[in-house]
Amino acid sequence: MRVLVPVKRVVDYNVKIRIKSDQSGVDIAGLKMSMNPFDEIATEEAIRLKERGVASEIVAVSMGEAKCQETLRTALAMGADRAILVETAVELQPLAVAKLLKAIVAREQPGLVLMGKQAIDDDSNQTAQMLAGLLGWPQATFASKIEIGDGTATVGREVDEGIETIRVRLPAVISVDLRLNEPRYASLPNIMKAKKKPIDTLTPEALGVDPTPRLDYLRVEEPPKRKAGVKVGSVQELVAKLKGEAGVI
Amino acid sequence: MSVLVLAQHDNRALDKATLHTVAAAARLPGPVHVLVAGSDCGAVAEAAAAVEGVAKVLKVEDPAYAHPLAEDLAALLVAIAGDYDDLLAPATTFGKNVMPRVAALLDVAQVSDVVEILGPDTFKRYIYAGNALATVKSRDARRVLTVRTTSFPAAGSRNGKAEIATVAAVESTGLSSFLGREVAKRERPELTSARIVVSGGRGLGSGENFKLLEELADVLGAAVGASRAAVDAGFVPNDYQVGQTGKIVAPELYIAVGISGAIQHLAGMKDSKVIVAINKDEEAPIFQVADYGLVGDLFKIVPELTAELRRARG
Ligand SMILES: Cc1cc2nc3c(=O)[nH]c(=O)nc-3n(C[C@H](O)[C@H](O)[C@H](O)COP(=O)(O)OP(=O)(O)OC[C@H]3O[C@@H](n4cnc5c(N)ncnc54)[C@H](O)[C@@H]3O)c2cc1C
Ligand SMILES: Nc1ncnc2c1ncn2[C@@H]1O[C@H](COP(=O)(O)O)[C@@H](O)[C@H]1O
Repeated sequence: MRVLVPVKRVVDYNVKIRIKSDQSGVDIAGLKMSMNPFDEIATEEAIRLKERGVASEIVAVSMGEAKCQETLRTALAMGADRAILVETAVELQPLAVAKLLKAIVAREQPGLVLMGKQAIDDDSNQTAQMLAGLLGWPQATFASKIEIGDGTATVGREVDEGIETIRVRLPAVISVDLRLNEPRYASLPNIMKAKKKPIDTLTPEALGVDPTPRLDYLRVEEPPKRKAGVKVGSVQELVAKLKGEAGVI
Repeated sequence: MSVLVLAQHDNRALDKATLHTVAAAARLPGPVHVLVAGSDCGAVAEAAAAVEGVAKVLKVEDPAYAHPLAEDLAALLVAIAGDYDDLLAPATTFGKNVMPRVAALLDVAQVSDVVEILGPDTFKRYIYAGNALATVKSRDARRVLTVRTTSFPAAGSRNGKAEIATVAAVESTGLSSFLGREVAKRERPELTSARIVVSGGRGLGSGENFKLLEELADVLGAAVGASRAAVDAGFVPNDYQVGQTGKIVAPELYIAVGISGAIQHLAGMKDSKVIVAINKDEEAPIFQVADYGLVGDLFKIVPELTAELRRARG
């Protein structure tokens, strides 16, 4: 079974972003970029499936500017077999990414798409569900446990109430949550080897998809800031304040 | 045209998240209808009909909807979407699972986790773990939205009852099946709707030590939450997690104990009215958002606080 793993290049989760002074967007120039953390987990899971003999080939896909190649190299160094870059200067939103992925699925015929539940830049949490819908495939979102059986996947999902278990027919789209696994670091030899693994480059036009954004980001502003508070000296003082000036207990 | 809210429920009761979503829906033009899809869910439909701002309830009963499976719910929503300009659900794991699938099938871009409605097609939402607030305008003829429940008040109850119309089910896709759900039984209030939340982080050191927080929570009638580090370490189950990728809470009082205040955690709690931080590291970033900070060892402070509150309560 071939496994497709979409990986997004995002500002590293440890980096504090800046908002452009004209409020036209977020200034990410020069910031450290990394693979979306959820996509690392998806990549790791795909590699484990291959190590267990469940997956035969892992294809990583990234979409956006040419620099997404770096993210693909990371996936290849972790253990993906080959990669596809969909290169475009257009700002890609989840619906466009899902349409592009659908076109790639048609070419690659994977038995499973494993991806992140959420990109930590746009925080949309949409693409996997959209892709599954467009393909008419089942979806198992927010996975914290995946077992591949005969033509099905049994998935533990992190839901607000606890853990839910569902079974989906394959092929399917699974989006992963944080506790599914601990992604590995790529070893130096694997990083070297990854340099020789192939990356195909495609474009939205070649895939027959119009990636034009449907949402206009009119303005991006600083969120309301909280006023710096005070340090209190004792538990008694804290309780007095919570009862008195704060009036919350 | 009208606005459709997909109700979250467990076939017995309407989830409170739906009340917040109805309140958001009421800010859009057009009457608000609520879709209750379930199995033997008549009581839920009745409850939805009694919610303020609801003009009509669509009730669909079929075993296929006994558990909220995205494939079948999305197929149903798409079948009835023609009558609606806007489709809304709460930005809970339920709504997040179903709505993007609906949006894609309708060829609409979803606006996720809306915190403010500025106009019929213009909304505010957070990006970058709450570090930026974006105003987005949809170009689509129709909108699919998920709503951050803490950003809208809960709709109250209405005079009389709205009409309940029975709608036919759509044939099940058979793509997925529900096997089970492990739901932890808790005596405490639910995290996302509690008036007070006490959360613990890695500083607690063990699941056993969370007892200290539970005792504190009991005096306050509070819910208990946690940071991701505490969940990852296995101190508490996943549904305790507050943050960018956990639950969003905005209680009147949030007490963060042994939590450093990483941006991903702050994303889930910084809209709380009053924040208290207890941490032994006076440089911890949590103090930058806390109204009241107490520097010191939580193992000493928390029992003291519990005792002091008990005394204050009499
Ligand atoms: C993609 C992604 C998503 C994430 N999503 C979330 C999320 O939704 N929610 C979330 O919380 N995190 C999330 N995180 C993790 C986040 O980055 C932090 O790692 C996490 O919040 C840290 O948890 P913590 O504050 O409990 O632990 P730490 O950062 O280790 O802090 C522990 C604190 O306890 C204090 N302490 C220790 N002992 C004591 C004592 N005896 N008395 C008093 N204080 C003490 C220490 O001074 C320290 O400040 C996410 C990370 C990533 C990469
Ligand atoms: N530009 C992209 N390239 C590759 N994968 C993407 C891209 N955008 C989104 N994804 C995938 O979709 C997931 C969810 O993203 P989102 O719906 O934007 O929160 C991510 O974790 C990725 O797996």
